[in-house]
Amino acid sequence: MSDSAPILDVRALYKSFGHLEVLKGIDLQVKPRELVFVIGPSGSGKSTLLRCCNRLEEPNSGSIRIEDIDILAPGVDINAVRRRIGMVFQSFNLYPHLNALGNVTLALRKVEGKTREEAESLGIQALTRVGLAEKAKSFPNELSGGQQQRVAIARALALEPVIVLFDEPTSALDPELVGSVLSVMRELRESGMTMVVVSHEMRFAQSAADRVIFMDDGRILEQGPPEQLFNAPDHPRIQEFLRTIQAH
Amino acid sequence: MDLLISSFFNLDILEQAWPFLLAGFWMTIKLTLVVVPLGVAGGLAVALLTTMRSRIVKWLVVIYVDFFRAFPPLVLLMFIAFGLPFLKIDLGAFGAVAVAFLLNTSSYYGEIFRAGIESIPRGQYEAARSTGLSAVQTMAYVVIPQATKNVIPDLISNTLEVVKLTSIASVVALPELLFAARQAQSVTYNATPIIAAGIIYLVCLWPLVRLLSRFEHRQIALH
Ligand SMILES: Nc1ncnc2c1ncn2[C@@H]1O[C@H](COP(=O)(O)OP(=O)(O)OP(=O)(O)O)[C@@H](O)[C@H]1O
Ligand SMILES: [Mg+2]
Repeated sequence: MSDSAPILDVRALYKSFGHLEVLKGIDLQVKPRELVFVIGPSGSGKSTLLRCCNRLEEPNSGSIRIEDIDILAPGVDINAVRRRIGMVFQSFNLYPHLNALGNVTLALRKVEGKTREEAESLGIQALTRVGLAEKAKSFPNELSGGQQQRVAIARALALEPVIVLFDEPTSALDPELVGSVLSVMRELRESGMTMVVVSHEMRFAQSAADRVIFMDDGRILEQGPPEQLFNAPDHPRIQEFLRTIQAH
Repeated sequence: MDLLISSFFNLDILEQAWPFLLAGFWMTIKLTLVVVPLGVAGGLAVALLTTMRSRIVKWLVVIYVDFFRAFPPLVLLMFIAFGLPFLKIDLGAFGAVAVAFLLNTSSYYGEIFRAGIESIPRGQYEAARSTGLSAVQTMAYVVIPQATKNVIPDLISNTLEVVKLTSIASVVALPELLFAARQAQSVTYNATPIIAAGIIYLVCLWPLVRLLSRFEHRQIALH
């Protein structure tokens, strides 16, 4: 299937919360520089899948490899693994007590042990990538939602991850602010970043995704290039889902 | 009116009593400087213990906090100062005060910090952990700074109470401000030293009270 080894390799992943089985055997390989777009109805397990990939949730069984590392192996240094996996949340989750630069540099300083000068120069670079270098000293409550999300993206990028996972990065934003975040994501993709994006932004998927995955009830129901999945899906379930999305 | 002034605001008496009051004042300062940092540190430790997963630890902390909040601090102090020496544990007067206050105030400060920590949304932990911070680093750099900021008014008002509570140190013969004032009163048969002590408390604590109401106003403005 691929000429290069996958960055993310998920096999037979199962996850339950108590009696509720949320992931029922997920297989997913993401190649370097690929942008995989994940859609599916609410509760189908999209967030849980992403959160298993950096072990914010512990899977019940299956395997997850990031590059060459089995991240579920006993004794794996999960904090070291997480540095290589960027995560961007729907609600930004910026640290309100730190300014934009402080948000971006915290892990550089405390996890990677860089000096303040080193960390700040990398932090400014990351903020520049998201177009917010001039907001370095602003606190989260002084930034718009779109700016906050871009700072959150910079926070993930500063650690030079091999893959970035986005969980509905624009769902909490006012419509007029969505574009700025999507354009940062588009540039990121063009720079060759490997990305998994859970989102309802179908237009973005049309133009930027290499592959779209449709999740339903803890399984991957269908996947393929966006044209195929959006225009001629095999499953009527998907057409129905796309209609409800477009109705909004 | 003259009688009121001569028995409550008598400058001659004040002059006589002043050295005692000053000595008492320094003792109160010394007690405060030991007791407040200890209580805050102990409280933070108590609060952090409640965040641990272990059920047993949680239960032990609940028992600790409940016990020392309900148990009168004066009795606690007397027990530590006069009871423990029978078990060959003699901490000395200052040590007894330090330990009694640590036990009592850490349970109050602990509850305040716990509320602060609980006010921090899960997303903050997840953001921190997803960038590779360990659980301890997440607490130290993300959760505790925000939690503390959120409960500063409660920390200040508890500290006001703790400072006033240092007057119980007099039962173990540490002549703090109020004790010195009462001594001076009984020697001079005049209430002026007591009033003076009250005014000293007022002057020292008033800035804290101002600070407190500044915070309270700001919190109202934020909502
Ligand atoms: N921590 C948890 N404890 C219990 N149940 C959970 C937990 N997290 C998620 N679930 C349940 O797992 C199921 C899948 O949740 P998940 O958040 O992965 O769905 P999703 O596809 O991301 O949905 P949405 O589009 O609404 O974000 C839901 O039924 C949800 O209620
Ligand atoms: Mg979700």
